Amino acid sequence: MKTKNLLALEGNQAIALAMRQINPDVVAAYPITPQTEIVQVFSEYVANGEVNTEFVTVESEHSALSACVGASAAGARVMTATSSQGLALMWEVLYIASGARLPIVMTVVNRALSSPINIHCDHSDAMGARDSGWIQFWSETVQEAYDNLIQAIRIAEKVHLPVMVNMDGFITSHAEEVIEPLSDEDVRSFVGEYKPTRMLLDVSNPYTIGPLALQDSYFEFKRSQAEAYKQVIPVVREVAEDFAKISGRKYELYEVYNLEDAEIGLVVLNSAAGTAKDVVDTLRTQGKKVGVIKPRLFRPLPVEELKKELSHLEVIGVMDRADTYGGFGGPLFGDIRSILYDSPNHPVILDYIYGLGGRDVTLEHIHKVFEGLESVKSSCKVENLVNYIGIRE
Amino acid sequence: MPVNIKELSRKEDRLSSGHRLCGGCGSSIIVRQVLLAIDKPVIVANATGCLEVATTIYPYTAWKTPWIHSAFENAAATISGVEAAYKSLKKQGKITEDIAFVAFGGDGGTYDIGFQSLSGAMERNHKILYICYDNEAYMNTGIQRSSATPRGAWTTTTPVGKVLHGKIEKKKDIVASIAEQGATYVAQASISNFRDLIEKVRKAVSVDGASFIDILSPCPRGWRTDTSETVNIAKLAVETCYWPLYEIENGKWKINYVPREKKPITEYIKPQGRFTHLFRTENAYILEEIQQEVDAKWELLQRKAQLFQ
Repeated sequence: MKTKNLLALEGNQAIALAMRQINPDVVAAYPITPQTEIVQVFSEYVANGEVNTEFVTVESEHSALSACVGASAAGARVMTATSSQGLALMWEVLYIASGARLPIVMTVVNRALSSPINIHCDHSDAMGARDSGWIQFWSETVQEAYDNLIQAIRIAEKVHLPVMVNMDGFITSHAEEVIEPLSDEDVRSFVGEYKPTRMLLDVSNPYTIGPLALQDSYFEFKRSQAEAYKQVIPVVREVAEDFAKISGRKYELYEVYNLEDAEIGLVVLNSAAGTAKDVVDTLRTQGKKVGVIKPRLFRPLPVEELKKELSHLEVIGVMDRADTYGGFGGPLFGDIRSILYDSPNHPVILDYIYGLGGRDVTLEHIHKVFEGLESVKSSCKVENLVNYIGIRE
Repeated sequence: MPVNIKELSRKEDRLSSGHRLCGGCGSSIIVRQVLLAIDKPVIVANATGCLEVATTIYPYTAWKTPWIHSAFENAAATISGVEAAYKSLKKQGKITEDIAFVAFGGDGGTYDIGFQSLSGAMERNHKILYICYDNEAYMNTGIQRSSATPRGAWTTTTPVGKVLHGKIEKKKDIVASIAEQGATYVAQASISNFRDLIEKVRKAVSVDGASFIDILSPCPRGWRTDTSETVNIAKLAVETCYWPLYEIENGKWKINYVPREKKPITEYIKPQGRFTHLFRTENAYILEEIQQEVDAKWELLQRKAQLFQ
């Protein structure tokens, strides 16, 4: 039995630590609040010769991801990190990375999008990249973000797709938490050596990447890409098994909390899940049958698995830290309703948009959400399907 | 090593024939000359544009080198990443070959939408060579003006009308701009003077840092010229001092070729349909202004070169 190595680290420091332990061949990144510290701490590892990484200090996020695309196609293990406007600026290249099947791994420290400008947490940035073909993991705590990032390397390289690991800006990125990091040796042997199937740097086997594909072939490219996501869930599970062996921490596609016998359930991503679980604890002592589900893998969406977990519920509240402006509720709401559309007992599903621009979500807010869901359950009446909480109206 | 055309002619082309570029296009001549000049293996990054779309129509490719296209404005950042991967893997002993890294972009991908990415790559001084095939407009989308389009030229977004007579603004001086970004070697070259071009490319891939070469790329479709005249027109650009051959190595300016007799700019402009309207009497002043600008720029270039003699 190894003695526990515990460290008090902020989210960003833990991500930088994971990156040092992974020791990628190339990092190209541009600083942006609240991700900046990842870039700064990693720069120190580079300056002290603790990594083999070529750190490309680009002039923008667009170039950050472009350099990652070049480096990954060249045959390197490649990582980056960003937030908010940075991710928005990368948008064009996100699709190029996934379309070219490049296993780039990126931390996204979630932050609101302008305008008005705001540096604090919401999920508009990553939700805007929802359909870009990147695998998306979401992390409630510093420990989860650290663990997800290490697993992301293995997953990306196995399925030839880029992976985005999300954690909440400031709430997680700047919060100090006691975590149990793995040893350098364990991380090194867990991620292994990257062996690309083809690489530009193999000059004796030249190949063309990023050609012009027109009406006669583009659709087949995209159709085969769509097929690739089917292999992701088994790989995520397999990597989680291996990870549990070295860490003692077993990850599922999502975390369920008191959900099995619940009648009312809440679906929530990232740090607010902690608050929700706390409220569930209180309500359970009052005999209320409530529970929480926190998706970890959001893209690809584990449709069948989520359906199985959620279809027994009578009322479901979906917590969305992003809006769709002119659409029908938040992005998570749309997915959950769609998943359960053909479930036989038709749970009532309501959306709660919360915490935009870093607005705190408190225990009281979550209590109110559960109260609302309970009254829907007893009255069978829904006033508003889409609700905004914690806001001055 | 002097450039020997016989030896070059025996080398295998790295851009094969059968691509779909127009007859008389300057860009394929540029690519072939540039790649013939480099003896070591080359990895190419290509900005979106005529060259990229016409050479890689899936499932075909004209490229015999490893080749990557990502987007329009990021060829410089993309090749930066390829070069960073090379440095890292070489440092780790996973790669032993000596490889050259070359990006090709048109003037749209270089002067305009890709200028920030190019500036970043030049300032970081990656060991890369960026070649601009400069056809002086957005030809791939149908001849729209760019910041490389010269004063007076007709394009589809600077049409000749009752009030306006082609492009009002002057051509951006990209070579001087890039020289100021921190690049190690910067030059201007022409397909008509292939020895000079090949020597420049060889120098560019041998220096320890970033290089940039702007090469005039006559476009019969957009310039309204005869497809057989491409090289002759490039030659007239050099002989009129519209397109002087010069280089800036570690900040030192040098003129590589001085025409025996500097020809009037009209000799370069006359065969090009994009300038036809300038020969109307009411537009004579534009021609005069163009000549004055060419003279002033040539004079300035000579002064800069004198500083380092």
